[in-house]
Amino acid sequence: MSAAISSSMNLKPATLLRIDEVITHYPVKRSATLPLLHLIQEDVGYISEEAITWVATKLELQPINVYEVVTFYPMFRQKPIGRRHIKVCRTLSCALLGGYKTCEAFEHAFNTHRGEISPDGEVTIEFVECLASCGTAPVVLIDDDLHENVDVAKAKKLSDQIKSEASQRR
Amino acid sequence: MPAPQQRRIIFKHIDAPGYTNDLACYVRHGGYEILKKAVTLPAATIIDEVKKSGLRGRGGAGFPCGVKWGLVDRKSGKPIYLVVNADESEPGTFKDRYIIHQDPHQLLEGIMIASFANNVKQAYIYIRGEFPHGARILEQAVAEARAANFVGPNILGTSYSCEIFVHRGAGAYICGEETGLIESLEGKRPYPRIKPPYFPAVLGLYQCPTIVNNVETLCHVKHILEMGGDTYAKIGTPNNTGTRLLCVSGHVKRPGYYEFAVGEITLGELLNEVCGGPLPGRTFKAVIPGGSSAKILKFGETFTLKNKDGSSRTLTVEEIPMDFDTLAACGTMGGSGGVIVMDDSVNMVEALANINAFYAHESCGQCTPCREGSLWMKKITARMVHQQARSEDGALLKSVADQIAGRTICAFGEACSWPTQSFVAKFGDEFKGYAETRKEPKRADALELV
Amino acid sequence: MIAPLKPDLITVNIDGKEIAVPKGTNAIEAARLVGVDVPYYCYHPKLSVVGNCRMCLIEIGMPAVDPATKTPIMDPATGKQKINWIPRPQIGCATNASPGLHIRTNTAQIKDCREGVMEFLLVNHPLDCPICDQAGECKLQEQSTGYGRGYSRYVEQKNFKPKRTQLGPRVMLDDERCILCSRCIRFCKEVVKDDVLGFIDRGSYSTLTCFPGKALENNYSLNTVDICPVGALTSTDFRFKMRVWFLKQTNSIDTESSVGANTVVWSREGVIYRITPRPNDGVNDTWMADTGRELFKAVRAPNRLTAVKLDGLDTSLEVALNSAGAILKAAGRTVALVGSGRSSVEEHSLARKLAETLGASTHMVSRIGEGDRMLISGDRNPNVRGALVVGLIKKLPTEKLTALGGAIDTGAVTVVVSLGEDLHAAGLTAAQLAKVKIIYLGTHADTTTKAAQVVVPTLTVFEKSGTLVNQQFRLQKFAKCVPGPAGATDDLAVLAKLVVTAGGTATLGDLPNVWASLATTVAGLAAISYATLPDTGLLLDSTPFASLPFCEGETFHYQPAATTATMKV
Ligand SMILES: Cc1cc2nc3c(=O)[nH]c(=O)nc-3n(C[C@H](O)[C@H](O)[C@H](O)COP(=O)(O)O)c2cc1C
Ligand code: SF4
Ligand code: SF4
Ligand code: FES
Ligand code: FES
Repeated sequence: MSAAISSSMNLKPATLLRIDEVITHYPVKRSATLPLLHLIQEDVGYISEEAITWVATKLELQPINVYEVVTFYPMFRQKPIGRRHIKVCRTLSCALLGGYKTCEAFEHAFNTHRGEISPDGEVTIEFVECLASCGTAPVVLIDDDLHENVDVAKAKKLSDQIKSEASQRR
Repeated sequence: MPAPQQRRIIFKHIDAPGYTNDLACYVRHGGYEILKKAVTLPAATIIDEVKKSGLRGRGGAGFPCGVKWGLVDRKSGKPIYLVVNADESEPGTFKDRYIIHQDPHQLLEGIMIASFANNVKQAYIYIRGEFPHGARILEQAVAEARAANFVGPNILGTSYSCEIFVHRGAGAYICGEETGLIESLEGKRPYPRIKPPYFPAVLGLYQCPTIVNNVETLCHVKHILEMGGDTYAKIGTPNNTGTRLLCVSGHVKRPGYYEFAVGEITLGELLNEVCGGPLPGRTFKAVIPGGSSAKILKFGETFTLKNKDGSSRTLTVEEIPMDFDTLAACGTMGGSGGVIVMDDSVNMVEALANINAFYAHESCGQCTPCREGSLWMKKITARMVHQQARSEDGALLKSVADQIAGRTICAFGEACSWPTQSFVAKFGDEFKGYAETRKEPKRADALELV
Repeated sequence: MIAPLKPDLITVNIDGKEIAVPKGTNAIEAARLVGVDVPYYCYHPKLSVVGNCRMCLIEIGMPAVDPATKTPIMDPATGKQKINWIPRPQIGCATNASPGLHIRTNTAQIKDCREGVMEFLLVNHPLDCPICDQAGECKLQEQSTGYGRGYSRYVEQKNFKPKRTQLGPRVMLDDERCILCSRCIRFCKEVVKDDVLGFIDRGSYSTLTCFPGKALENNYSLNTVDICPVGALTSTDFRFKMRVWFLKQTNSIDTESSVGANTVVWSREGVIYRITPRPNDGVNDTWMADTGRELFKAVRAPNRLTAVKLDGLDTSLEVALNSAGAILKAAGRTVALVGSGRSSVEEHSLARKLAETLGASTHMVSRIGEGDRMLISGDRNPNVRGALVVGLIKKLPTEKLTALGGAIDTGAVTVVVSLGEDLHAAGLTAAQLAKVKIIYLGTHADTTTKAAQVVVPTLTVFEKSGTLVNQQFRLQKFAKCVPGPAGATDDLAVLAKLVVTAGGTATLGDLPNVWASLATTVAGLAAISYATLPDTGLLLDSTPFASLPFCEGETFHYQPAATTATMKV
């Protein structure tokens, strides 16, 4: 049965293996909700309603149980985003050293606004709360990688890098 | 007198040239020797050493670790869980990050000692979602330690077995609160639980007895066992023992993370000497000493404290030693060790607006005062900054905060109201006069904080 | 009758008043017992405690004892034991009575706490009470008068949320009014085990919802409307039809099965608008099924009988009953009486008297359905046990009237009195119906009324008073909510007259008289009367019927006897 649903989810075989493995970490299946959502988002890019139902079935839950969780955590998204995810820290220590300007620099570079996919589809920029690297403020998380001391100049450099990678790909 | 030297116990290897986060390097530096010693000791002896050490939790509340372990219900017959709080999400705090990324085995050794001492068969490390590399590093470290028989079944040839799994959060400050964390780990919305009856020591993860400890706290456990609880207790000051990691951010020349014996260094020494003082041309205005929830200190204010012998002493902000008790006596807290510094370029209404936005965003929304109050305070300060400030807004803010603190399910209620209460109390004039401040032309290049 | 267990009583002090309560009693309930009101929203006695609204904050303290000697520490000022008050207010809903517990609800701090919570609950509330369906039943409206500050300091923009969401076929949601107390969620999860509701998003933007494509459609969905402390959940049926304060409330019983859920019927000027559950901890807690709330629609059904008929023609009650008497007398000992599991205890007893007068055989048909393990049992007749208790029947009803059919075929039965049962539906063929004379007392037209010689319209459960015996052998009363339609007569009065016209001794067909006679003639009912029967009913001795194979499976507060456990539906 789960095989039937999973094929419709188009998850990679490796993801499915990791899903089955991670469920064994817990005495209660429901605990695997966050790990499964992370794995699916890493694989597919976002959490669709179908994915929520799939996770619920997999963990013997009701879809609302998973939906409640998905919508609570900002890291889970229910829509696709740009190719790269730029998360600029908004919180005090970063703001004290120009975090807002850093964010604007990214927005400007990609001609976009926070929370939207840039017109070229390359990035989605977002403000996030303290990334626990306040000593090297302002900080920016681009996908999985932390960038420290990102002032406006460094934000421009990082933007250029992303753009040149994009043009090479094309 | 020069500032005291750092005393690096936990951070001994952090940023050390050539030190890597793999098992081989850790073992080369004497790693897992203390675990080997631990498994030969009676569990009660280890707990005793931790009690003797006086170690207080480094996650924020400063609760004595040995006492916490003593509260665990060992008679229920249910499994006992250890949950490692690696959520590190209190703004201004960035210490666990370096342990996790650079010295993960130190944490694992601490976890295994604590687990052995408390007969824990299953430990979970709850790591914040924004540390994706950290989670992978920990997973790798667990795999290595497991292969080397430090973790897993029958460790080190004993009959004791314990598994460690890494569990990632997904961007929620409230998952740092221990019962919110437990709910999150159970796959639910991280709604903190009411206490009573849900004290983790009795009804924690899966309604089983559970110990929740911060990353740094567990690292200390290893060193306590190494040097003995009594020796450890001699570091620092009475009731404020050991070393602690201090994270300095904001307006100083050399922000960063430092490790000192608790209470040995004053705030002034830390900021002026260790961190190089204010930025050029600036003076210190205010400092939050223990993560953004801690009440703010205003440079220039003084505190008159009672001594044990009945006499009293007066301290300036600079003179406050960075220990739990003195900071509490000064009306704030050591909290998570995150020191956030603001200089004279900062307007306090704007700084509070930034903080209020954080708490409004992070309130789980379960209980009325925090849910509605945190957003209300955010809306007031945001309106003051972006639209129109009224002279009565300061008083209103304080009154809203007063209606939250002490009346909520979890300590987030205090966390979100203490900033407002202390900002308004200490910088009332800036709140009263903000309407005028906004109109000043030189404000054009003011820092954007909200 | 079953004696309650003697609970473990302890003494607590609430606002200076001492009271003995069972250990563990919830502080809100304990305060209620001494007349102290602790306001609350999220607490519900039948749901888990979550402590999220913070309205019930109280101060608590314990008598001080010296930790070393364990001796009480006295307060020199009062000469009494000192009380250690916890400075931080605690929630009453999660405070359980322990020996010596002291509670204060009348301090400045508690007043301030309540004002604070009230203010917070209102900052994002639309304040559209004049157009709100909950007006009159809204705890927010009620308590803002009692505990609020009475003015608003809120000048910011309120949050926007969905205003009209159809959660299910019977329930509407206004998210802006929701105070996020989670009662409805807990009800669905804990009581119905149908986890369909949940909160999405976080903080003040948290929103109650179902997962897209799912609906709140279980047969208990309307209980969420009952327990929603504000006007966020409303019944699509009742929505905006009538202001509740215009309505009269009458206690009744849900007759859809032998569970006998206790109900309140809400009516005005002879018209019923809704039915809601009435708390009974021994039967239905505070719940009832949605289907039971629709039963009043039968009152105004198009096939309602309102004309007395003799051979298909309108006539007077007098004439009809005299003709019936003549038919019965002429039949000699060939009369059969088909009672109904829906009749009241009192009707059963007069039916028995009629049968005895005539020497008639008695019959009854069962109505077996599937039990839902909650508040609808497998026996859809509400009062089979009542018929057993008064001796109208000795065995359980049968699915079809096969024996009666046989007796008609052989000519042993020539007249059938039906107390509202459709004989055709109960298995008698058209030929069999044609062979006998039928006297029918009932409320709605069916195949049998067409075939009957005498038809006397009677009353529905909403139009008369009486008692029923539920599956637990609990005798429960229902009261007249609205007058019956013109042309219909009270069943008891009709039965009493029929007894007389059939040649029996005169009986008065009213409740006091029927009960006076029941108390003396039925062993199990001695010393009981309709007037003194408690609102929560009275458990009768069931042992005389212990060997009968009752059909019910497990429901709330009902476990089938071990011998019948295998028959669970
Ligand atoms: C709102 C809130 C956020 C918290 N965040 C963290 C956190 O990020 N990391 C942490 O270790 N403790 C955090 N705590 C403290 C934990 O609840 C708990 O006290 C701690 O993990 C216990 O560990 P310790 O005794 O070793 O300090 C937080 C508490 C509150 C009320
Ligand atoms: S105090 Fe705030 S964070 Fe804590 S439970 Fe209440 S709403 Fe949630
Ligand atoms: S809809 Fe009503 S019952 Fe449900 S959470 Fe909201 S206020 Fe509470
Ligand atoms: S404030 Fe930006 S990382 Fe902490
Ligand atoms: S009734 Fe809501 S907190 Fe107690």
